[in-house]
Amino acid sequence: MTHLPYILASYGLAALIALALSIGAALRLKQARMRLAVLERSSDRTTGATPSL
Amino acid sequence: MSATPTLVARAGTWFHRYANPGRFLRLGARLQPWLTWPALLLTLIGLGWGLFFSPADWQQGDSVRIMYVHVPAAMLASAGYAGLAVCAMLSLVWRHPLADLAAVEIGPVGACITALCLATGSLWGKPMWGTWWVWDARLTSVLVLFFLYLGHIALIRAFDDPQRGYRAAAILALAGAVDLPVIKFSVQWWNTLHQPDSITLTGAPTMSSSMLWPLALSTLGFSLGFAAIVLARTRAAVMESRIRSLLSSPRRRADAAPGEAA
Repeated sequence: MTHLPYILASYGLAALIALALSIGAALRLKQARMRLAVLERSSDRTTGATPSL
Repeated sequence: MSATPTLVARAGTWFHRYANPGRFLRLGARLQPWLTWPALLLTLIGLGWGLFFSPADWQQGDSVRIMYVHVPAAMLASAGYAGLAVCAMLSLVWRHPLADLAAVEIGPVGACITALCLATGSLWGKPMWGTWWVWDARLTSVLVLFFLYLGHIALIRAFDDPQRGYRAAAILALAGAVDLPVIKFSVQWWNTLHQPDSITLTGAPTMSSSMLWPLALSTLGFSLGFAAIVLARTRAAVMESRIRSLLSSPRRRADAAPGEAA
């Protein structure tokens, strides 16, 4: 192949950006989902305890 | 006279159906795999085909393979900014709360894809034109688009009050949309080093189908991937917003600081 370094650099850069964006989004989504689940569980417990007070 | 407000009001009602975070999260969760997996598959097939099986160009040689990354990135850079402008319109006209969150998430993804377009353009330009960069109308207008994305990202975070940041960024997004037709028509309006479009909506493509197919697949894959990443980020942003509102609720504050509450 001619100009192989330029071609590899282009595909490598595309893969790097795609991976960084996808992994970043997936981790952020997972973390937000877990934190929200924990908070909503504790919020439900608090709400559930209110009538007995 | 009354038709326009009714139409605007109807459109507003339709858009606000998805302003409900719960409804958006349910729809987003259903949509996510339908965007993510086809995106991955089509991108891999398109780029693999382009890299290993499509023919070399008679003039450009193997450097034409850079186009399978560069062209989808260039199309998405403009399409992403158009999406940002639509979000800005939804935010300014209908005060759609999810439009602001989506705009915040489109900005960095759009900036990355525009940077990819500029970088791969340079990587193609060096062996073909003998230079990394020329101040050509097409290249310069895409560079302006990159700065518009960066400006949008910076402006959203520039205010203590997020609503002011959203409004200022929405105005910038709408004003910056004037760059989109400049990018599109720059190769026709000015005598540029950048070649004219090979694919247009009105005419037949000026490239062989053995190159057109991998390009179409990678463009579709990149587009679905862009949508999947923006959707995942927007879903995370909606959840984070819900987390903030739960943490700042008076009951939770009282639970967190019982001494102060007493």
